[in-house]
Amino acid sequence: MSAAISPTIVRLGARSIFSRWRGVLLFVLPAILIGLSLLVRVLVGQDEASAGVTLYRLGLVVIVPLIALLATSGLLAPEIDDGSISYLLATPTSRHTIVISKLVVAFSCVLAFGVLPMLVAGLVLRPDSPSFAVGFAIGSLVSGTTYCAVFALLSVMTRHAVVIGLIYVLIWEGLLGGLLDGVRWLSVVRWSAEIVDRIADLSLVDDLPLTYALIASGIVLVVGTWRTGWRLRAFNLTGDE
Amino acid sequence: MSEIKIDHVSRWYRNVVAVNDVSMTIGPGVTGLLGPNGAGKTTLIAMMSGFLAPSTGTVTVDGQPLWRNEQVYRTVGLVPEREATFDYLTGRQFVVACAELHGLDDPGASAQRAIAQIEMTDAQDRSISTYSKGMKQRIKMAASLVHDPAVLLLDEPFNGMDPRQRIHLMDLLREMGAEGRTVLFSSHILEEVEQVARQIEVMVAGRHAASGDFGAIRRLMTDRPNRFVLRTDNDRLLASVLLADASVRGARLRTGRGADGGIELEASDFGRFSEVLPRLAREHGVRLLEVTPTDESLESVFSYLVSS
Repeated sequence: MSAAISPTIVRLGARSIFSRWRGVLLFVLPAILIGLSLLVRVLVGQDEASAGVTLYRLGLVVIVPLIALLATSGLLAPEIDDGSISYLLATPTSRHTIVISKLVVAFSCVLAFGVLPMLVAGLVLRPDSPSFAVGFAIGSLVSGTTYCAVFALLSVMTRHAVVIGLIYVLIWEGLLGGLLDGVRWLSVVRWSAEIVDRIADLSLVDDLPLTYALIASGIVLVVGTWRTGWRLRAFNLTGDE
Repeated sequence: MSEIKIDHVSRWYRNVVAVNDVSMTIGPGVTGLLGPNGAGKTTLIAMMSGFLAPSTGTVTVDGQPLWRNEQVYRTVGLVPEREATFDYLTGRQFVVACAELHGLDDPGASAQRAIAQIEMTDAQDRSISTYSKGMKQRIKMAASLVHDPAVLLLDEPFNGMDPRQRIHLMDLLREMGAEGRTVLFSSHILEEVEQVARQIEVMVAGRHAASGDFGAIRRLMTDRPNRFVLRTDNDRLLASVLLADASVRGARLRTGRGADGGIELEASDFGRFSEVLPRLAREHGVRLLEVTPTDESLESVFSYLVSS
């Protein structure tokens, strides 16, 4: 079982996400994003500043991290909580294969419920500037996949992954990221905003070296994924005793 | 033929010791891991399953460590105590998925064989969420058998089963033991262990309290009296001569209204008593009609071990 991706785990993961209440939220969040973008477009018209703020503050800071949190924690946390992950672990499947396969499902959710809605919302807000929509789509792809790796690691480190993930998104990325300039070096959303700025020629955030933003995102993605597999390999699963 | 070896294993959670310096070897056949709730059975099985690291000591299957070694699951099948499975799948989909994860050549055929083995063919296409507790237990069993493991570990497998399902599972475990698999199951219910396993490992308060077949465990307890009922053609004579022997602690004639005769006897030294009884009977011309141990049940062994 040396394949990096297990089609069985991808299939089980996809069914698992949509068999729980989280699946409904995955449809609701992008609907809110596109709905509010339509409203802004109708009320304000084609305006670069309001369009940028809408997609940055609502899309990159709130919707994309929440989609990543819902998708990733929905794939690992419930199975860890109820013990059903033991059926995956009691097989010779590599723990890294299990994690990467689950992340493939999470990435697909980010793409379908985060990146595509961002592209659509971008086109709704500024149909005259496709690079605006493409910039936000690529930025949300980078931040969404990076968040998935962070939340996957949280899921195997704590049974309160969703709560801690929410606190991280709202306090660190949302609140402190907007207040303290230095946070940009350690903020996934600021890295992705830098990518958007470069592609769409905007100025959402203070300058950050693009190379740094890309390398930092890549490191978090790779280290988070590897570390999650490592933790899963040494996973303690005991009964009620 | 596979063997699980537990070598001086302890496991503690902060300052609570769950398993304390346990050593045992589980060989082919059915072994019952017996002990009251909280005795450390689940912790021990978790370590045997590779899902928990021992604080000290080692747990191996055929010399291979279980901890951080996923390849060991080619040999080991596991039926966890917790009921949760992938409830959104049908029974067949669940077992096929397990077969695929084991990398079997023909997952569908292997799943069908395992499902047939636990007699769930009729219900295999129903969603697991509609299964009774006993049916869930059986489909978990099928999932653990799908790769034909040499070692099968079951944590409290009879929980939630009705009597018919219980008997069927007992038959299945005996069958697998007879096939040469190493089958270990835990239980706190004495009758279950007694009916399926002759080899018993007793855990009490995190310690390995006793090991061996049921009779051997019983005989090991030399400081505990063994009770018998004897029927002879001269109860009074045999009772008097037996009382004179050091191996017998007490004897009482079963007389009076409603009694059907015989001697109730307490032996303090089982080994000596089993040698003395036929010799004294022969020497005094007493014919032994019946010798019945009255407490030769796992219940008496267990209550003794727990209370000691």
